Amino acid sequence: MTDENTPEGGGETRRDFIHIAAASMAAIGGAAVIWPFIDQMNPAADTLALGTTDIALGELEEGQEVTIMFRSMPHFVRLRSASEVEDAANVQVSSLPDRLARNRNLDDNAPATDDNRSALTAEIADGVEISDDLRRSLLVTSASCTHLGCVPTEGAGEFGAWFCPCHGSHYDTSGRIRRGPAPENLPIPPMTFISATTLRLG
Amino acid sequence: MSGPSTYEPKTGFTRWLDSRLPIVRLGWDSFVDYPTPRNLNYWYTFGGILTVCLMIQIITGIVLAMHYVPHIDYAFASVQRIDRDVNFGWLIRSIHAVGASMFFLAVYMHIFRGMYYGSYKAPREILWILGVVIYLLMMAAAFLGYVLPWGQMSFWGAMVITNLFGALPLIGEPVTQWLWGGFSVGNETLNRFFSLHYLIPFLIAGVVGLHIWALHVPGNNNPTGISVKTKADTLPFHPYYTVKDGFAIVVFLIIFAGFVFYAPEVLGHADNYIEADPLVTPAMIVPEWYLLPFYAILRAVPDKLGGVILMFAAIGVLFILPWLDTSKVRSMRYRPMARWFFGFFVVACLGLGWAGAELPDTMVPGLGALGVDFLLFGRVLTVYYFAYFLVILPLLGFVEKPSPRPASIEESVLNGDKPAKAGAAPAAQPAE
Ligand code: HEM
Ligand code: FES
Repeated sequence: MTDENTPEGGGETRRDFIHIAAASMAAIGGAAVIWPFIDQMNPAADTLALGTTDIALGELEEGQEVTIMFRSMPHFVRLRSASEVEDAANVQVSSLPDRLARNRNLDDNAPATDDNRSALTAEIADGVEISDDLRRSLLVTSASCTHLGCVPTEGAGEFGAWFCPCHGSHYDTSGRIRRGPAPENLPIPPMTFISATTLRLG
Repeated sequence: MSGPSTYEPKTGFTRWLDSRLPIVRLGWDSFVDYPTPRNLNYWYTFGGILTVCLMIQIITGIVLAMHYVPHIDYAFASVQRIDRDVNFGWLIRSIHAVGASMFFLAVYMHIFRGMYYGSYKAPREILWILGVVIYLLMMAAAFLGYVLPWGQMSFWGAMVITNLFGALPLIGEPVTQWLWGGFSVGNETLNRFFSLHYLIPFLIAGVVGLHIWALHVPGNNNPTGISVKTKADTLPFHPYYTVKDGFAIVVFLIIFAGFVFYAPEVLGHADNYIEADPLVTPAMIVPEWYLLPFYAILRAVPDKLGGVILMFAAIGVLFILPWLDTSKVRSMRYRPMARWFFGFFVVACLGLGWAGAELPDTMVPGLGALGVDFLLFGRVLTVYYFAYFLVILPLLGFVEKPSPRPASIEESVLNGDKPAKAGAAPAAQPAE
């Protein structure tokens, strides 16, 4: 035993080790206690339970739009007129601010063509017959502006579809951002035709 | 607190108390015999006014909480009930709502005062930073409180502000969901906002305590910016400043009461009397007037993340102001160039507020012919706002020639605030 290993000798001692170990345990313990107090603010189990919402298509007329709630977020359901579909289909994807379809029914990197945005991408339950025209003219998107979450106004803006009053974002008849501060196209939820007149979200 | 305590307990009880809890001594040294520069003007009364504002908000708030129901199905109705049915509910709610605006009015005066007289400079940097912390907490409290009545502006204001955090890369979505407690602004959100709105004013009260502690170490700055040198430069706080502050508080309360009784709604938005509807955003959403300048800065940037960063930077830059201003002279009274730039800065802040209240593509009245819309207007003013802190103040310290300063506070008072005759003033001392 040399003097170095005593506190007076200035070397490392068992007491230093105990101090460091105790302080570390206290820090880990503290962090472990903080976590529940942070995590309690995250969505609770009942909030997380994913719901589905059924939309009765029979009540929609051509050119008509309804706003519905799906998983506590507003969504647009729009039965577009032929000219609206055509306008949207004629746009070059390369000219769009956001070139991704943002469609939960497709791959993450699918391009933002109008076909990739419409209900053509919805799943069809076994045995359900539904026309391509109806599927193409139907558009279901989130109604939360991808800028800061306002609900854009229908039938307004430069592209005749939606205009967000909050900070001036213009969306086209495919729900794609065309001008303004919003960075992304309006996202499209998972969809399934469960009958010829019912679309299920979720 | 400069100097030894002058408190002398006179009765048996106060002597007994003083040797156990010297609380009377603390009050005496802080608010009675506290040596205060003898030249403080009315711009220096806003600190006392702010203290009154905080007390008013806390008292009226606690009373409102006795009748308010923090649930999305009942919140709006419970607020209507306070206005219509609760005894004097209309009065108490009006005081609380108008009070928030008056609080911000006072804090802006208080901050501009500090910026003009260089009160943020050594040795008051911590005092200044604590002030900015109070200001941040005030903004948080006001935002959370505005959500509680659950009207259309409440809901959509909450939506837009919480979504700001969604601009953060990677953690954006988890953070917003954590703030909401769900996938959107909802009941969980309203509940926690109520809890936090109740908490924050007490945090503010705590920081105000630190703020005043930090004030009483170096003592007040004053309109000349010159440090106190002798006792002749000061007056005891009581009765000189208790009376001056008291008079200002009374005038302030008269204006306050004018709003409460004759125009309780002029500072609000009619849309907030429509119950929150998550399916419809009002045609025009704007924040309360006191947040408008920051809203204009947010919109000045075409990029979502960039706008959010710049908006927070507009407040963040206040924290480092003490180190951005390189001038050795505190008060702009003796800074012939800085006072002009400061004047423009105040105008720019007002202009940003105006830009924030208008739609970005509306033309600015009078400037429409030049093609200046509120977006461009806001952008130009945003550039000036940041240039003031990041370019002008750092450079001015090197290029500006300060005008002569009086030798002491006492002398400035005796000479009717005119600077000393040439030659009489000592060379600029560090941070005077
Ligand atoms: C609830 C809010 C606040 C309260 C109650 C409060 C209270 C006070 C009081 C009582 C004083 C002393 C009297 C006076 O000089 O006016 C003071 C001084 C001061 N405050 Fe505040 N204050 C608040 C917010 C702020 C903010 C937001 C800032 C700056 C960002 C600030 C910066 C200062 C400075 C720099 C001084 C020293 C002034 C000087 O001696 O020239 N305060 N405050
Ligand atoms: S929320 Fe739609 S443009 Fe800002």
